[in-house]
Amino acid sequence: MVEQLEKAIDFQPVAEVKHLDFYYSGFHAIKNVNFDIPEKKVTALIGPSGCGKTTLLRCFNRMHDLYPGNRYQGGILVNGVNILAKEVDPIEVRMRISMVFQKPNPFPKSIFENVAYGLRIRGENSRTVLDEKVEDALKSAALWEEAKDRLNQSAYDLSGGQQQRLCIARALVTEPEIVLFDEPTSALDPIATNSIEELMSGLKQKVTILIVTHSMQQAARFSDYTAFMYMGELIEFDKTETIFSQPAQKRTQDYLSGRIG
Amino acid sequence: MQNLVEIRRNIKQRQLFNNIFALVGLFIILVAILILLALTLRMFIDGAPRLNWGFFSNFPSRRAENAGILSAWIGTTLVMLVTAVAAVPVGVASGIYLEEYAKKNWLADLIEINVTNLAGVPSIIYGLLALGLFVYDWSLGESVLTAGLTLALLILPVVIVTTREAIRAIPNSLREAAYAMGATKWQVVQDHLLPYSFGSILTGVIIGLSRAIGETAPVITIGALTFIAFLPDSPIKSEFPFISFEWLKAPFTVMPIQMFNWVSRPQADFQVNAAAAGAVLIFMTLGMNAVAIYLRYQLRKGIKW
Ligand SMILES: Nc1ncnc2c1ncn2[C@@H]1O[C@H](COP(=O)(O)OP(=O)(O)OP(=O)(O)O)[C@@H](O)[C@H]1O
Ligand SMILES: [Mg+2]
Repeated sequence: MVEQLEKAIDFQPVAEVKHLDFYYSGFHAIKNVNFDIPEKKVTALIGPSGCGKTTLLRCFNRMHDLYPGNRYQGGILVNGVNILAKEVDPIEVRMRISMVFQKPNPFPKSIFENVAYGLRIRGENSRTVLDEKVEDALKSAALWEEAKDRLNQSAYDLSGGQQQRLCIARALVTEPEIVLFDEPTSALDPIATNSIEELMSGLKQKVTILIVTHSMQQAARFSDYTAFMYMGELIEFDKTETIFSQPAQKRTQDYLSGRIG
Repeated sequence: MQNLVEIRRNIKQRQLFNNIFALVGLFIILVAILILLALTLRMFIDGAPRLNWGFFSNFPSRRAENAGILSAWIGTTLVMLVTAVAAVPVGVASGIYLEEYAKKNWLADLIEINVTNLAGVPSIIYGLLALGLFVYDWSLGESVLTAGLTLALLILPVVIVTTREAIRAIPNSLREAAYAMGATKWQVVQDHLLPYSFGSILTGVIIGLSRAIGETAPVITIGALTFIAFLPDSPIKSEFPFISFEWLKAPFTVMPIQMFNWVSRPQADFQVNAAAAGAVLIFMTLGMNAVAIYLRYQLRKGIKW
């Protein structure tokens, strides 16, 4: 196991998960998870339903702090600083690590205001800066061509796939270090899924991506590294090819061949 | 084919109850609306002969045809103004605090139960409370200010409860979206929760104010006059600083008291006055609703559901 982990670490980690435990009140949902997130790569989190993928992902931007009773133990080190520490303001963490949710959740505002929101809350009000950054973000999210003539229309007028790309643009506009995706295509049809996968593959030039996915094909198609979780534990983490071609663990094999899940 | 016949029979059976309910519902609504319309119309017809300019610009008088509602409608307007200015910020702020900021523990539950119960306390109790607190302890006098604050207390529970419900109805996914961008709690409230719930909160405020505008008991308890032949001091002055708050301390009367006063007289002419005053009161309530509809419309332009 140690050997195998060492083999995997031939990259520059942007974040290191160290002895991470997480509790929902009494329920121990994440159990001693250790792995490193490679910089400017796509890392996929896979595993059967209820194994703790979403829970782990939401540790990275301290979403669990919004609800009482949740407790972290251990750490996630970004530039050597434990972002789960009490002294670290969760707002600071969320400003550096942004998130795209499972169900598209645009604000009931115009397309422009949706994307500009992250800048506005940081106090950016200059119209030229906003215009420029909103355009860049929409281009990165492959939505600019469809949206440029209707920036002042409601985000709710967009299709589901377009709404999800809008949420991606919203998450990109503030130039985060890491973007978290929680099954971003599970509510979408294959064509919309395809366009979002394409855009994510393109994004890794710029940012580190951590993505939860139910679809092993999706993980195989475009992730560089894959972490397999089972019942709150990290069973295996390695290069995606390795995981899919010759997994080291029996449980990973079983899951990939459909015996558990 | 036989299957299809069965399915259709089955649907018909189930639709029967649906149709019965729809019919009964429609019938009840029609009856209620008709009764309301008949009563209102009757009042308008009875009061019509007195609904002229003089009725609005005259003080009350011992002779019915000279008597007007000047002091009453101005009194009601000013009292409602104070009520709204006091109850809306306090009520909305309390609702937001309880829903978004306060820790969810037994204390919060206790406060919640209390606030809900306060909405059911008879209004005259509020009058007594106000008499002791505002009139005697704080020496605010039997004034517009006292009446406004009293009615504000009365409608505060309604405003708080509707604010909480309106905020609670906003999908959590929108809160999470905003927090995930790095918004502070206040930014979430200001940029999302308040704008999205504004319409429902406004409806609650109007329901509260519509209740307050018709209240008589608490206003009499704190010492509103039944016969008053002068107006509160004008809020706008020709000299610096051009505005004045002396009117807050003025004695006053309100529309329902004026109406009651006229209804209780034996002469038929005064009954006409009472009907006319009732019609005006209804228009004032409708006016508040119109303002609410306008504000909702204005705000909806910014929100794109
Ligand atoms: N708010 C919560 N309070 C208590 N337990 C929770 C809460 N959210 C999730 N859990 C539990 O934690 C475990 C992990 O849940 P999580 O949502 O992380 O699973 P998941 O891997 O994302 O599953 P899926 O693939 O179905 O989305 C589950 O057993 C779930 O029941
Ligand atoms: Mg999940």
